[in-house]
Amino acid sequence: MIEMILTGLSWFFILLGSAIILIGAIGVIRLPDVFTRSHAAGMIDTMGAGMLLIGLMFQSDGFNLVLVKLVMIGLALFFTSPVSSHALVRAAMADGAKPLLKEGVELEGALKDEGDKSY
Amino acid sequence: MYIAAVVAILIAIALGLVRASLGPTIYDRILAVNKIGTLTVLLIAVHGFLAGRPEFLDIALVYALINFIGTIAVLKYFSFKDLGHDGRDSNEAHKEDA
Amino acid sequence: MANSISLWVFLYAFWFLLSGHTEPLLLGFGAVSCTLVVYIAHRMDVIDHEGHPSHLSLKILPYWAWLSWEIVKANIDVAKVILSPKLPISPVMFKTKANQKRELGQVIYANSITLTPGTVTVNLEDGILEVHALTIQGAKDVLSGEMDRRVCQVKGEMEGKY
Repeated sequence: MIEMILTGLSWFFILLGSAIILIGAIGVIRLPDVFTRSHAAGMIDTMGAGMLLIGLMFQSDGFNLVLVKLVMIGLALFFTSPVSSHALVRAAMADGAKPLLKEGVELEGALKDEGDKSY
Repeated sequence: MYIAAVVAILIAIALGLVRASLGPTIYDRILAVNKIGTLTVLLIAVHGFLAGRPEFLDIALVYALINFIGTIAVLKYFSFKDLGHDGRDSNEAHKEDA
Repeated sequence: MANSISLWVFLYAFWFLLSGHTEPLLLGFGAVSCTLVVYIAHRMDVIDHEGHPSHLSLKILPYWAWLSWEIVKANIDVAKVILSPKLPISPVMFKTKANQKRELGQVIYANSITLTPGTVTVNLEDGILEVHALTIQGAKDVLSGEMDRRVCQVKGEMEGKY
């Protein structure tokens, strides 16, 4: 009984992770510029990988080294993915790439570009 | 179940290759390569379970770290045109340009 | 010195988890490797509080749980945007203030923003974050300050420690 539940959960998480990975890959193709594409890549790095690894954890037959290694892979991705995507976006910005922006948007609470030193 | 995950990952890698060859900027390509690296980590892990040999997880762990360091190294090379650069002077120059 | 010893213990635990060997000879080899790594790290002068964040309190664990749930919600939003045929993106770029006093807190905040799909931190300078968001809704979520407040809570305990 418990094994059936574990297998079902494993199925659910692995299929969910696969779906998220496919959606992220489609997003990398569809979205218009490097900044928006990095959001789609972030989907793969966070939830796609996370769900897939959680699904595999349910298959590791209890608490053993396999489970520990899966957790380590998850932690390695968790710590490295924001650093590399930040480095990528920052390098693109420093290289003079202009992001596509929606015009005329006023955001409440955001700091203005220049002259606003009220903080 | 593992087969479904492997097929999904392979399709995603193929789409990533399409993006890497289309470009248009160098950063799109680096993004695609980084994504392919992450997917490769997952592919190795899933393949370990598919083949019943969880030792593959060690390789996946090492690949995750190599993928990160490789991305950072390529980005540094294209930003500073020099892997030994300390990153300070060129940053100042960028600020003055802008 | 205390930092070096705790680094050695941490490295040895890590080595043991990765290898899974229990023979005395191999355990000895592991100990020698860890000692060598600690010696090299000592010579490189990288054993300080930054390379060894033992001061991060356990309060970060509930924050990670909350962050995971935020990541799941943000993923669903981005997936909807990508899958809808009209591609309703409205990318915006804005600046906001990080209220954490120490650099480590600001880095945790910036990394949390980047980790959440739909928002990427482009620049962090003097406590001012420059964020690129995929949709206006995502930008509003960052500006609501919920995440900022929670990171401040995590770091609250250690503010003023150094």
